[in-house]
Amino acid sequence: MTKSNDKTALRYTQTLLAGLWRENPVFRLLLGMCPTLAVTAAVKPAFTMGCCVIFVLLCSNIIVSLMRNLLKPHLRILMFTLTIATFVTIADLFLKAYLPRMSEMLGPYVPLIIVNCIIICRAEACASKNPLLVSVIDAVGMGLGFTLTLCILAAVRELLGTGKIFEIHVMPEAFVPWAAMSMPVGAFITLGLLLGLVNKVTGKKA
Amino acid sequence: MDTLSVLLMGFISVVLVNNLVLTKFLGICPYLGVSGRIDMAFGMGLAVTFVVTLSGTLTWMIDNWILMPLGLEVTRYVCFILVIAGAVQLVEMYIRKFFPSLYDSFGIFLPLITTNCAILGLCLFLHLWMVDHLLDAAVRSFGAGIGFTMAICIMAGIRENLNMADVPACLRGAPITLITAGLLSLAFMGFSGMIR
Repeated sequence: MTKSNDKTALRYTQTLLAGLWRENPVFRLLLGMCPTLAVTAAVKPAFTMGCCVIFVLLCSNIIVSLMRNLLKPHLRILMFTLTIATFVTIADLFLKAYLPRMSEMLGPYVPLIIVNCIIICRAEACASKNPLLVSVIDAVGMGLGFTLTLCILAAVRELLGTGKIFEIHVMPEAFVPWAAMSMPVGAFITLGLLLGLVNKVTGKKA
Repeated sequence: MDTLSVLLMGFISVVLVNNLVLTKFLGICPYLGVSGRIDMAFGMGLAVTFVVTLSGTLTWMIDNWILMPLGLEVTRYVCFILVIAGAVQLVEMYIRKFFPSLYDSFGIFLPLITTNCAILGLCLFLHLWMVDHLLDAAVRSFGAGIGFTMAICIMAGIRENLNMADVPACLRGAPITLITAGLLSLAFMGFSGMIR
């Protein structure tokens, strides 16, 4: 009895950790690149974006998992999209009401969570086949992995682009900010180099 | 300014200055996935142009003539995604019926366009830029498609040559493509002084 319990717990932990590293959505699966590039000029918007994605991912995984037995195969993508769109609308209205400046800063990238491939990929690959608990754990793992990646990328860009992290000065006075890091160029090149680094570290396995 | 020059400015602005891929980071997934060969890139570009023109115009009409007068803006995202999915389906059926050879060459790309963020992104940007004329919205939507086609074809051309270059092992594939895209976006920043 205890043994089987241990096994289940181990499986859940593995599902949770998969999202953080082994199947990290950005570094390993190359999903959800658009928000990754667009909102990472500073850590704060990146973190907010990550929280929105966690919320939407969690809610849509719960709903999809609950209705997985009712889904008709040819209509499932449409149902996924509509579920996701509903929760994105909720997240967007929440941001507009409580964090209006952040909502303005993120602009159309909050509604664009609807077409973020991570969410539809998890709905299709995990939630539509697994019971509630596994789907929830998977959503949390994937969401945390995504947020963490976003924050790492944003921290590098904010540090080099403005000399600050979380809007607090950390670099010495003499540091001249690299303006390019805050621009689209910085996003593409930083992500490219980070991906290269991840490939280098895990190179033997991949 | 007369109507024609407004339309022309809108078109150039969305193709060069506000290029969806290189300045707004939209449609990066197909941009990385399909830019390996120039003929496939061109096919993808054409399909996106077609769908984006159709759905941009349609969503603008729905937004301005139905949702706004009735105060239903809350349902905007749900409506937009439905229109896009419907437009993709319609285009797919139309092409399969009347241009079967074209349909075969598009293959998997057509259904994938539904989740291309460039399409939904453009529909949202049309609202953000406060485009207030149907013709202007249609021209800008078409321009967005052309801009996407241009960016993905340039990238495919570069990648075909990149295959012969000696890239460090850890940077092969997606990383070097992203870095190349960064340099391209640097080049496109030169246009930003032209028009707002």
